[in-house]
Amino acid sequence: MSSALFSFTLPDAAVVNELYTLLRDPDPVVMVNCLRALEEILKEEGGVAINKPITHHLLNRLKECDVWGQCEVLRILQRYRPQTEDELFDILSLLDASLVSPHPPIMAATLSLFLGLCSALPAVGLAALERVRAPLLTACGSPSREMRLTTLCHIQLLLRSLPGLMGAHYKRFFCGYAEPAYIKQRKMQVLVELVNDDNVAMILDELRGYCTDVNTDTAQAAISAIGGIGQSYSDRCLEILTGLLGLKQEHITSAVVQTMRDLVWVCPQCSDTVCEALEGCEDTLLDSQGRQALLWLLAVYGERVSSAPYTLEVFIDGVRSETSVGVKMELLTTTMRLFLCRPAETQDMLGRLLHYCIEEETDMCVCDQGLLYYRLLHHGIEDTQKVLQGRRSDPSLGVLIGRPAEPVSQWACSFNTLDPLKQGPAETEPHSRGSPEHVTFDSKPNTDLSETLDCSQIVKLHSASDRARGCSDSSAEGLASSVAPPLSLSLTPVLSPEEFERLWLQRQDLHTEQDAEKREEEQDCACLVEHIRGPAIAHCSPQSLQAAMQLVNIQTLAFTPPHTLPWRVYLFTHTQHTHSGYAPHSTLIVGELLYTGEANQRVRLVKTGSDDGDLVEGSIEEHVKEGGDPTSAGLRESARENGEEEEVKVTLKQQPRDDSALKGFLSILTTVLHTLSSERA
Amino acid sequence: MISQLFILSSKGDNLIYKDFRGEAGSDVINVFYEKVMALPGDQPPVVMNHGDLHFVHVRQGGLYWVATTTVDSSPFSIIEFLNRLASLVKDYCGALTEKAVQMNFALIYELLDEVVDYGYVQSMSSDVLKNFIQTEAVSPRPFSLFQLSNVGLFGAETQQSKVAPSSAASRPIQSSREQGGKSEIFVDVIERMSVVIGSNGVLMKADVEGEIKVKCYMPNCSEMRIGLNEEFSIGKSQLRGYGAAVRVDEVSFHQAVKLDEFDSSRILRLSPSQGEQTVMQYQLSDVLPSAPPFRLFPTIERDSGGKLLMYLKLRCDLPPKSAAINLCASIPVPKGSVSMSLELSSPDQSAELKLQSRSIEWTIPRFPGGTQLSALFKVEVPGLSPSSLMEVGPMVLNFELPKLTVSGLQVRFLRLSPVQPGPAQRWVRYVTHSDSYILRI
Repeated sequence: MSSALFSFTLPDAAVVNELYTLLRDPDPVVMVNCLRALEEILKEEGGVAINKPITHHLLNRLKECDVWGQCEVLRILQRYRPQTEDELFDILSLLDASLVSPHPPIMAATLSLFLGLCSALPAVGLAALERVRAPLLTACGSPSREMRLTTLCHIQLLLRSLPGLMGAHYKRFFCGYAEPAYIKQRKMQVLVELVNDDNVAMILDELRGYCTDVNTDTAQAAISAIGGIGQSYSDRCLEILTGLLGLKQEHITSAVVQTMRDLVWVCPQCSDTVCEALEGCEDTLLDSQGRQALLWLLAVYGERVSSAPYTLEVFIDGVRSETSVGVKMELLTTTMRLFLCRPAETQDMLGRLLHYCIEEETDMCVCDQGLLYYRLLHHGIEDTQKVLQGRRSDPSLGVLIGRPAEPVSQWACSFNTLDPLKQGPAETEPHSRGSPEHVTFDSKPNTDLSETLDCSQIVKLHSASDRARGCSDSSAEGLASSVAPPLSLSLTPVLSPEEFERLWLQRQDLHTEQDAEKREEEQDCACLVEHIRGPAIAHCSPQSLQAAMQLVNIQTLAFTPPHTLPWRVYLFTHTQHTHSGYAPHSTLIVGELLYTGEANQRVRLVKTGSDDGDLVEGSIEEHVKEGGDPTSAGLRESARENGEEEEVKVTLKQQPRDDSALKGFLSILTTVLHTLSSERA
Repeated sequence: MISQLFILSSKGDNLIYKDFRGEAGSDVINVFYEKVMALPGDQPPVVMNHGDLHFVHVRQGGLYWVATTTVDSSPFSIIEFLNRLASLVKDYCGALTEKAVQMNFALIYELLDEVVDYGYVQSMSSDVLKNFIQTEAVSPRPFSLFQLSNVGLFGAETQQSKVAPSSAASRPIQSSREQGGKSEIFVDVIERMSVVIGSNGVLMKADVEGEIKVKCYMPNCSEMRIGLNEEFSIGKSQLRGYGAAVRVDEVSFHQAVKLDEFDSSRILRLSPSQGEQTVMQYQLSDVLPSAPPFRLFPTIERDSGGKLLMYLKLRCDLPPKSAAINLCASIPVPKGSVSMSLELSSPDQSAELKLQSRSIEWTIPRFPGGTQLSALFKVEVPGLSPSSLMEVGPMVLNFELPKLTVSGLQVRFLRLSPVQPGPAQRWVRYVTHSDSYILRI
């Protein structure tokens, strides 16, 4: 059996030449092995050189190779770029037979090559997707379930560009009884994508059958799939969902309540049905996710659910034995909001809850939030109302039908790799959604939705309470007014310390190079150095700092111990912001707080990352201008009188660059630091 | 490109391990098994990663067949490779069990040496491999009188002389070479049907996936011709005439099959290589040529004592000469069911309440066509509410239809050239399995 030599290290010119010659060997196995050997030997130089004659030779002999050889050749040919359009079409027509090959590996490798070659001709690429529909459907029914899963994952990719590709074949994606749960979940995700007016009744009927599956994961996936369809066909779906509540089973009720929460956010017109359905389902809810969802719904629609205070009372009576922090936080917010609309019924239990949270609760976050609400109530009902109103979804959102098709290039590079299979079933959906409605409503709502919601509430809370207390920093004030679009912070995806270090140092380099007047053209990143005066946060305990930061969804990564100099904190967060008209985008901010102990250090101005030379100057300039702003001057004076003026140097780096988000972030950070130091005082 | 390959038993014992590229240590086996064990349920994801190392695995014969690779490899290729490797091992060892793999480890290492070089697949065709593989397979099957007894294929009651024992096709392919084993050829037409029938008896979904497999133990067979039904048509447009037409939607053939006589007289020509290969695959969707084999007439109610009453009538619409065997129906019952009393229409049936999967398993060993069976189940469910009735159903059937293809595909003839001496070495077997047969209630 032929076997290629792979064992030398230095590319030996003679060997390489011999291998190139052997590409013409009559035995296809030898030819393919020469390719592989060259690929390995010339790895440093980017692999075997693919020119026009080699390409044509390989293409002409493709048919002689076996499955594995063909896949190898097709993979290597991806590097070739045809010189003329005629040549391109010649290649494509040669490959057409492989595109509908009964062997899934060849079909996938050919499609991958097609998409690479046609990157400039989107229409041809889409036609290729139509061509592979039949072989893909065949592979979906393969006896090997692993092959079925692989095909399903790749079909999901295709559907991102051609949502209607499989619409008529939806029955192929009905789950078989004996299929493993991971295939069933994928199939349901595909079914949600395929819904249209003709098949919605059949698909919903099928999905309802899965809701009572013995496997709880499958059942919950089916329920959330129904919720997904509910965004377009809300009435039918709500009917099924409310019917399921009648079963009184924990896992089903929990999934239904969570699904309703997500649905009602996108389709506020369903709220009446949801409110009716909520009555009496708290007894069957046992898991924390489901109860959090119920509490959230009660907070938003408390005035319409007559039994809401009684439900809350049960929760509050049992708060001592509650283990989930999330539920406690949600309970606090819900009770507060319900208090605003139904004070008479709720006052007593709110008092008890706040007392418990402030006096007995051991968890920092819950305790802090309790304190915050307590102080807020001291400022009067108007302020509280302002803060707690929270965001509501826009009732004019209306019904969502379909979603815009993405260009093929978005996913072409991950086609036929392990990437599509790696993503957990839950993660594949959200990032593929693109309409503005979906930015606030992330389709993986179990965690994200409530996080973003909480955060925005609290961000407002901070600024409002500070303003009320009259100790707000001018810069924060000024900034807050300039931050028109709502900004929300989130901790996901989590940044590991290693990644943080890499990002931080990478930006550092950029910085020094700038100083050396060798500014590199680096798009899409911004860097900001700022001094915040006043806060004596260096004396705070790391725990309270961390808790405070986490409340507004800023993650602290590392601290120096308190009272050491210089004192540093590293932190990161993601900003997400929704201009009404703009495409949504999120940025990553990494930052450092540095306290050197030298008071009255001159405020240095603002360095910013480069964007073709236009420096983002002095975002916080008013802060620095001497006497430019009476409030800031006055504040500084008063601070000087106290002899307590200290400065914390904040260095922030952002990627991609978004000035307004950065400003917004800085104002949040400033507010938090001030709140912390005033708490200490 | 494959970095390492290993085969683990379901308990995590390392049966076969081979490192092709030396890119990672041998502790990956433990890493993999820990990952599998850390997950709830019996179905770990097909692709898992540990840093840059990616595990791709398939389950066959109760074993984990695992390859490690990099992220940019094609999942289709690797899964196809692992499946093909499993079927090669099955061909060479006779069966795909932990014991067979253990006893034939030398043979499997020899196979791997030939099949993969430095992580690249060289060739997996048994024609090429037969020149290189020298090790003889060790058969794990002890000699047993039971195999010689009169057990027909799929339980069929035919004379022994006309039917090969069901184990005949599960022996190593090489044994024919020296032990003077019979030179036989098996052509199997296997169909899998997935059907959903709505609560009103309407056929909601019907798919049939079929394949023709050839398993060859003949060292010197140069060409074989398989004749299919003459009225075999492909695609929806080609309906011709009435009666016995067999129609499928899509067909694909093995690349070695020559189709020059297919269009005119529906004959497949091929030179079979030793071992098993799938010659043809076909699909039929949305319609069945005949009535669905089973229909259910359920009556479900709550009796005055708060018990759940289920009266189920199951009808078999197969032709009277055929029968379904090993039929097992499972009906989910409401959560909290405690016990059950039952009445069945004939003594060979049995049923029991499985609390773990909260379902009733009703087994029927043999169900002839054109007959009807009934069962009455009384299930004790404390606190049965009317909405709990929603939890009953759907009924899922598992069965086997021997000597029958639902599509109607038949092998007309099977000719070998050169003409083989001796009689009865050609076997044609038909069977239809239920992939997923769901009857809504």
